[in-house]
Amino acid sequence: MSDVVATNQTILVVGGGISGMTAALEAAETGKQVILIEKRPFIGGRVTQLYKYFPKLCHPTCGMEINQRRAKANTNLTILTLAEVSDISGTEGDYTATIKMQPRYVNDNCTACGACNEAVETEFDNDFNYNMDKRKGAYLPYNNAYPQQFVLDSRIIGTDDADKAKAACKYDAIDLDMQEETLEIKAGAVIWATGWQPFDAAKIQPYGYDRIDNVITSVEFERMMDPFGPTGGKILRPSDGKEAKDIAFIQCAGSRDRNYLRHCSRICCMASLKQSTYVREKYADEGKASIYYIDIRAIDRFEDFYQKVQDDDNVTFIKSKVANIVEDKKTGNPVLNGVNTEGYHRYSNPHELVVLAVGMEPSVDKDIFPVEIVLNNNGFIEADNKNGGIFAAGCASDALDVNRAVQNATASALRAVQVVNRVARAED
Amino acid sequence: MSDLNTQLVEKYRNNFLQEVKDNVEEGDWVKMCMQCGVCSGSCPMGPYWDHPPQEIFMMIRANKREEVLSSNSMWMCTSCYNCIARCPRELPITHIMHGLAHYAKRLGLAPKNQPTIKFSQLFWDNLMKKGRVNELKLGLSLYFMNGFAEGVKKAWKMKDIGLGMTLTRRLNPLEILGGHGVKDQTGFQNMIKKAQELEAARIESSVKK
Repeated sequence: MSDVVATNQTILVVGGGISGMTAALEAAETGKQVILIEKRPFIGGRVTQLYKYFPKLCHPTCGMEINQRRAKANTNLTILTLAEVSDISGTEGDYTATIKMQPRYVNDNCTACGACNEAVETEFDNDFNYNMDKRKGAYLPYNNAYPQQFVLDSRIIGTDDADKAKAACKYDAIDLDMQEETLEIKAGAVIWATGWQPFDAAKIQPYGYDRIDNVITSVEFERMMDPFGPTGGKILRPSDGKEAKDIAFIQCAGSRDRNYLRHCSRICCMASLKQSTYVREKYADEGKASIYYIDIRAIDRFEDFYQKVQDDDNVTFIKSKVANIVEDKKTGNPVLNGVNTEGYHRYSNPHELVVLAVGMEPSVDKDIFPVEIVLNNNGFIEADNKNGGIFAAGCASDALDVNRAVQNATASALRAVQVVNRVARAED
Repeated sequence: MSDLNTQLVEKYRNNFLQEVKDNVEEGDWVKMCMQCGVCSGSCPMGPYWDHPPQEIFMMIRANKREEVLSSNSMWMCTSCYNCIARCPRELPITHIMHGLAHYAKRLGLAPKNQPTIKFSQLFWDNLMKKGRVNELKLGLSLYFMNGFAEGVKKAWKMKDIGLGMTLTRRLNPLEILGGHGVKDQTGFQNMIKKAQELEAARIESSVKK
């Protein structure tokens, strides 16, 4: 990968999720040289792990394929996967980024035939499915992964599995001697699009995510709906593998809470409203959803979606932040305790499955941020002149849904293009 | 005290929230409540009282002055601090409840025949004598709180525990003769008197402001 050419008119995009992809493509399509680096072995980020988008309930695969095609067709764009920024020095128009690249152990000869996957045996937790199932040590992260190349888990290197994988490959695509590389890349502007991670639900002790099997998070529920996901598209209770038809959603699980995340994560209300439609999609009249909320924040045009869900007799809204959850040992049902604000009635409601609508937190810890940048209290990047030619895009800047993240990323691309244009003029 | 009550009603007519903010300990936090209800659901005494904290806060905003101050809720608080630990806005709910209880008592609006109020008064009176709690006398006055006959019965029932405590030197029967106290009792009394004067002056000035 040492053949990467970059100058101070190059735009470096850090993070290959929907925001980073958008910013990189928009900038590259204006004719700028763009380098996109991504920590995972594929681009697309958390959007690839969603079943459907709100409010149109279409599949993210569709837009992702269009973006992949745009990326493939654009010669201005270089994508580096398994790469992370460890440092950025310099000033606006003249940055040098230090990038660490982990070995994939698979080269461009790979045809994604899957022979290596069949040959190896050791299994590891599958982080693509939030560790709900296992995958082998030679794997394609998911069916539509881009680049469409297998990866060897570094934990099988030096074991029999690595040799088996190499022996099984008919295309000489496996290179067990690949090493970690460090690159220095020049750039005029940097777009920081490192995105978000789900808030660690185990920290919300009264909800017992770490103690009660049938309390799961919204991102895990999303994976269950994927026909190629850990449950083959079925909503199954982790405790006994039975189908769950009476499902509770708890809003603000971590968000709007000074004990956890102070900010409103913005997406969770719509995510739970959307997921309530999954319950109806699976079980028709037999599916029941109960949404426990402080207040539903379905802003502007989402109000329509909210009203449609409200009109559904099988969806119940309970205005209450649940106080705690205990497990009914006999049935495995989580029992939700609290007081309903509408009438102040005490309840103790059993449900077959509980989904915590977990909040968004920035994926880069604000205390160990690798780049000098202005962050707010919640760890999101502020738009500040002190940041020079480094611009945040998408969820690195705030808790945003896909639509707003993409708008935000396009705006960042424009700012980055302006910087490299100034550099170009100065050098003429 | 009813005089003070009338003056306060006059002053804060239709703005009980402001009255709470000005006069109740930690009362300015009440406006921060977002009615999520996690305090009410977390309260171990929840099923046994008139109004959960969340409802009390809403009643304050809705000017339900009489209902709030005569509610038994504040007197049921056991200070377990579950509500403070869980409140997403970090309201000092336990302290607000105690502040409301104190305010209601000062205005003479607290519910009559509420056992916690009676006990609190007994505790205060006991403490004020010598600056230390006389546990023997406090225990006995608690037994006899509801009349002589019931007191004798209760004392008889508890006699083995009392004896056990005496034998293990957890209870000194000689305390009945007067008991221990702080060294400078005059100084202690003066200090309390001064504090009460200051508090009375604060409320008085609040009424006049």
